[in-house]
Amino acid sequence: MGRVEVSTRRRPALPRWIWPWLLLLPTFMSLGAVAFWPILEGLRLSFTNTSLISGSTDYVGLSNYVGLMSDGRFWNAWVHTVWFTVISTGLETLIGLGMALILCERFRCRGLIRAAMLVPWAMPTVVTSKMFAWLFDGQNGVINWVLLNSGIIQSNINWYGDPQTAMATIIIADVWKTAPFMALLLLTGLQSIPTSLTEAARMDGARGWMIFWTIRLPLLLPTLLIAGLFRALDAFRIFDLVYVLTGGGPADSTETLSTLAYKELFSTLEFGYGTTVTTAMFITEALLAVILCLWLVHTIRRVT
Amino acid sequence: MTQSSSQAMLRRGVIYLGALLILVWSASPFLWQFSTAFQLDRALTSGTPSLIPDPFTLEHFRNVFVSKQLQYYILNSMIVSLTTTFLCLAIGSLAAFALSRLNVKGRYGILMVILSVSMFPQITLVGPLYIAAATLGMLDTYTALILVYIALVLPLVTWVLYGYFETLPREIDEAGRMDGLHAIGIYWFIILPMSMPSLVTTGLLAFITAWNEFLFALAFTSNIDHQTIPVGIAGFTNLYYVPWGDIAAASVIVTAPLILLVLVFQRHIIEGLTQGGIKE
Repeated sequence: MGRVEVSTRRRPALPRWIWPWLLLLPTFMSLGAVAFWPILEGLRLSFTNTSLISGSTDYVGLSNYVGLMSDGRFWNAWVHTVWFTVISTGLETLIGLGMALILCERFRCRGLIRAAMLVPWAMPTVVTSKMFAWLFDGQNGVINWVLLNSGIIQSNINWYGDPQTAMATIIIADVWKTAPFMALLLLTGLQSIPTSLTEAARMDGARGWMIFWTIRLPLLLPTLLIAGLFRALDAFRIFDLVYVLTGGGPADSTETLSTLAYKELFSTLEFGYGTTVTTAMFITEALLAVILCLWLVHTIRRVT
Repeated sequence: MTQSSSQAMLRRGVIYLGALLILVWSASPFLWQFSTAFQLDRALTSGTPSLIPDPFTLEHFRNVFVSKQLQYYILNSMIVSLTTTFLCLAIGSLAAFALSRLNVKGRYGILMVILSVSMFPQITLVGPLYIAAATLGMLDTYTALILVYIALVLPLVTWVLYGYFETLPREIDEAGRMDGLHAIGIYWFIILPMSMPSLVTTGLLAFITAWNEFLFALAFTSNIDHQTIPVGIAGFTNLYYVPWGDIAAASVIVTAPLILLVLVFQRHIIEGLTQGGIKE
């Protein structure tokens, strides 16, 4: 006890309650300056006609938002973004689940395969984009060559150069990159299910599919939904893949909200309108997060 | 009724086929990129792709360093990513320690707010931050990128470290306090040394995030003095054709170290990420 007294006497200057806040201060400052302030400043800018070319900074009320509502390019990007989010999240969850079910069985080289699955995730997205640009190249791409030689297609497809197939190519690249990672997340969920449950069901004569539907899937559902939620929120922000692979083209067929906003900000330098797009995007993402979270809590409550 | 042995065989077969498919899925695109890096442009455009380079060439690696000057991008990326990693570990571990070990009112609220930041669309932040950086004369500096990256990585770092600190028994804090250690002393002499495995994993995650980041690097830097690797590779174009071989060589150079790190630390990475993202 005596030692404790010594230590308190040695540091009389700061009261005890202040220490935790002092340790949290750098984090608060960093997130405040780089995350929260820009959101508010973006909201403020969206009410102005700020332009880095003309130098104007006047308040214009809601006119940017009025313009946004009737801007065909915005709705085009909005639809693409939602479409991409739904399809890629759905495919990644399904394929990830399939991979996870394989991985939770015992077989040789399982460690090697699990390690290999981290490769797509660890690779820079810019490299992934370039890699798929080469794989799916319209002239010398190896995908076209394989499809041609196996007789699936009759002539080369100009994958990401054709408005018909460009979005599909981007979705394929994204699913390639993210599905294995999803599988690893789901695998930890599957492995936390006690094997005694599945063993007991097998003893009772239940088949593989029965075990999956009645035991594994219900118990995995919380993990599945949370992983899906995080993935959807992440997919909604997609930028790197689109920017590098197609730049939003051809004919705006792959334009997403992030690439549209980037062009508005850094090509035309119309920061007033650009921040209107990003603020609308932030609101959509926040609504998406709240709705998905509520639905998730509801579903998990109902199941468990 | 028990499963007949032919059914069991079929089951094994399906599992091994599935495993093979997963391996092909994960490894084959990069394998092709790897092979491309060692092939001549004329072989790449010949119409019949071959996995084994024939003739074998290092020309693309020479191009990447001599004419594209990849070494400068690598240097920039190293400086930015390593600084981000160390500062992030320092700041994040202090926050995680305070949240886990000290009496903080509303700690779960704070954790949720920190987590929510990781879901903000980055494009929403880039405009105002660009104006701020321009006003402060910080465009084309490492500092601006590092300051942004710290905030981008902090939520993950804080969450993973918080999760790890929570698993350390509280009795050791008590013991430290008995020995007259202050809060900072407990952090420095007890918690940090015990958390080395988690610090390594978290640091690796922070490093990979900073190394791969594209949007802010694209917006904030305009020349080779400060541009990072993703911006460099995205800008790889020749006048009359796409230099697929050069791009592949650069991809191999910047991805190979990541793959090695990931293979070495794979178990820890998966654990760390599930802690931060999925389990509570």
